[in-house]
Amino acid sequence: MSSAQGVAVELTSITKTYAGQLALNALSLSVEPGEFVALLGPSGCGKTTALRSIAGLETIDSGTISIDGEDVTDRPTSKRDLGMVFQSYSLFPHLTAGENVEFGLRMRKVGGAERRTRAAEAMAMVGLNGHLDRYAHELSGGQQQRVALARALVTEPRVLLLDEPLSALDAKVRVQLREEIRRIQTKLGITTFFVTHDQEEALAVADRVAVMQAGNIEQIGTPEELYREPQTPFVAEFIGLSNRLEGVVTAGEVTVLGHTLPLLHRNTADGPVRVLLRPEDVELASSGLPGTVISSSFLGSLRRTSVLLADDTTIISVQHPVRENPQPGASVFLALSGAAVSVVAL
Amino acid sequence: MTAPASRTDIAPSRLVRRLILGIVGFLFAIPILAMIEFTLRNGLAGGYTVAHWTGLFDPANASRYQVVYTGLINSLVLAVVTVAIVILILLPTMVLVQLKFPALRRVLEFICIIPITVPAIVLVVGLAPIYSVVAKIFGSSVWTLAFAYGITVLPYAYRTIQSNLGAIDANTLSEAARSLGASWMAVFLRVLIPNLRRGIMAASFISVAVVLGEFTIASLLSRQNLQTAILLMSQSDPYVAVIIALLALAFVFVLLLLIGRIGTAGKSQRRKNGNRS
Repeated sequence: MSSAQGVAVELTSITKTYAGQLALNALSLSVEPGEFVALLGPSGCGKTTALRSIAGLETIDSGTISIDGEDVTDRPTSKRDLGMVFQSYSLFPHLTAGENVEFGLRMRKVGGAERRTRAAEAMAMVGLNGHLDRYAHELSGGQQQRVALARALVTEPRVLLLDEPLSALDAKVRVQLREEIRRIQTKLGITTFFVTHDQEEALAVADRVAVMQAGNIEQIGTPEELYREPQTPFVAEFIGLSNRLEGVVTAGEVTVLGHTLPLLHRNTADGPVRVLLRPEDVELASSGLPGTVISSSFLGSLRRTSVLLADDTTIISVQHPVRENPQPGASVFLALSGAAVSVVAL
Repeated sequence: MTAPASRTDIAPSRLVRRLILGIVGFLFAIPILAMIEFTLRNGLAGGYTVAHWTGLFDPANASRYQVVYTGLINSLVLAVVTVAIVILILLPTMVLVQLKFPALRRVLEFICIIPITVPAIVLVVGLAPIYSVVAKIFGSSVWTLAFAYGITVLPYAYRTIQSNLGAIDANTLSEAARSLGASWMAVFLRVLIPNLRRGIMAASFISVAVVLGEFTIASLLSRQNLQTAILLMSQSDPYVAVIIALLALAFVFVLLLLIGRIGTAGKSQRRKNGNRS
C-alpha cells in the first residue's frame, strides 16, 4: 500500500442533541494533517457522537465539519472518503476476509485483479497474509479487528476513524494491536481519530489527546501536557492516579501534610482546596512523614505501596522502584518530591 | 439426606423418550394412513387398487380433473405473488424500521402479529367491500387474492425474518458498508440480503405453505384455489380429492423440512469450517 497524505480536519462549533439532551455542546477541534488524536472521556461524554458526526453517521444540529478544507457537513457517509473501524466486530459474515477487504474497492469500481492485489497487500500490512480465505467466524477477535483495519485502509481514505476498536479484546492483544495501529498510522501518515475510554491506551498511542466531558473538550494536548499540566480539575482527576488530600492555598502556594508545594496554576484563589498529588511525586525516604505500610502491589517495572499516615486517617499511594519492597505493617517515612501540584476548589 | 435432583436425573430415559415420540408419531400418522388407505380402496367392489392414483396422471382424464389443475395453478400463482409481497414490501419495511426508525419496531411487530388473532371469517367480512374496490382497479383475477394472503402470512413471515435480523448486527454492518462507500441500495443488496438469506427463505417457504393450505378466504370471496378445488372435486370423486390433499400435505412437509435444513445448514457449515481452521 502506498502512503496516503494526511489531511486537516476541522470541527467548528458542532452541536448535537438527543431528545433534548446535549450530546455535543458547540465542540470545536482542529486536527493537523497526519495527526493521531485520541478522544478520551467517561461514558456519555460525547466522544463517540463526535466521531460518528465526522463519519456522517450522525446528523449534527449546527456547526460545520471540514476535511482537507472541504465542508462535508451535509455530505453522506459514503461520499466522505473515510475509513472506519467499529467497536463491535463488523466484518460481513457472508464474505471471506479477502472479500471483506475488497468491498470498499468494489464500491469504487476498481477492477478485479487490482482489487485482489491491493487486498492482499493490506492483509499483509496487518500481518494476516495467509488468512484471505477465512470467514469472520474462523478468525479470533484480534484477527477480525485487523481485517477491519485492513478493510478501512485499503481504499486509502483521507481520514481513519477508530471507534473503541480494542475494547472487545483481551489485555495482551489490546496492547499488541494498539502498537500495530500506531505503527501503520505513522507509516501511512493518515489523519486518525481514536475514541477510547481507556486513558492508558490514549496516552500510549496518540500525538494529542482530547479529554472530553459533557459534550465538549476540557483540554487537548500531548499526553505529557495532560498528565503534568492539567488545565482543569476534571482533567487532573481523570488523567492518571492522584492522592486526594486536603490543603490550603496561600499566595500561589499550597500547604499540604505540613509541606508547602508550588501550584501548577498560580492564579488559584486562596482558601481550602483538595490537592491532587501524583504517586510518583511521593518517595519512600529515611526520614519525613511517618506511616505504616498497608499493602504493596507489583506492577512490573515499578511497585505501588499504600501507606497509612500517623494521623490514622490519611492513606497515601506511593510509586517507587521494585527493588524497594516494604512489607505490610512495616514502618516507613515519606518525602514529597516538591513537584508542582493541581488543586480542586472545595 | 439426598442430594437435590440434577437436570440429568429428571430427564426421561431413552426408552421413555422413544415411547413418547412413538405415541405422538402414531397419533399424527393415523389420519394420514387412513387417507392413504382410503385412496387405495376399490369402491363398493371391495379390495384395494392403485387405479385412483394412476387415473389422476392419465391424460385421458385431464378434462375431468381440470378443476384441480386450475386450482393448483391458481394457488401456485398466489404463492408466488404472496412471496413477492413479503420480499418487496415487508422485508424492506423491516430493514428500514431496524436501521432508521427503531422506535417503530414494537408498532410494526404489533401490526404484523394482528392477523394471527383475527379469524379468517372476520377478515373476509372486512375484506369483501375492499375487494369490490380491488376488482375495479385490478380486475377480478385470482392473483388479487394475494393482497389478502399477504396479510395472513404477515405473522409468520415477520417472525422468521425478525429472528434473522436480530441475529446479525444490521446497524453496524450497514454503517461499515456506508463508511466503505456503499450506497443504501448496495448496503441492502450486497450486505443485508445475503446475511438475511435464511430468514427470507424460511419466510418464503412458510408463506407458500400457508397459501397452499388456505380455504376460507378464497371460498368466501368466490375465488378458486387448490383447497376450494379439492372440496369441489370431493363431491364428484372423493378419492382424487384425498389424493390431492395428500400430495399437498407432502409438498408442505418437504417445504418445512427445507426450512429446517436452512436453519441448521449455516450452523453445521460453521462447525465444519471451524474444525478445519
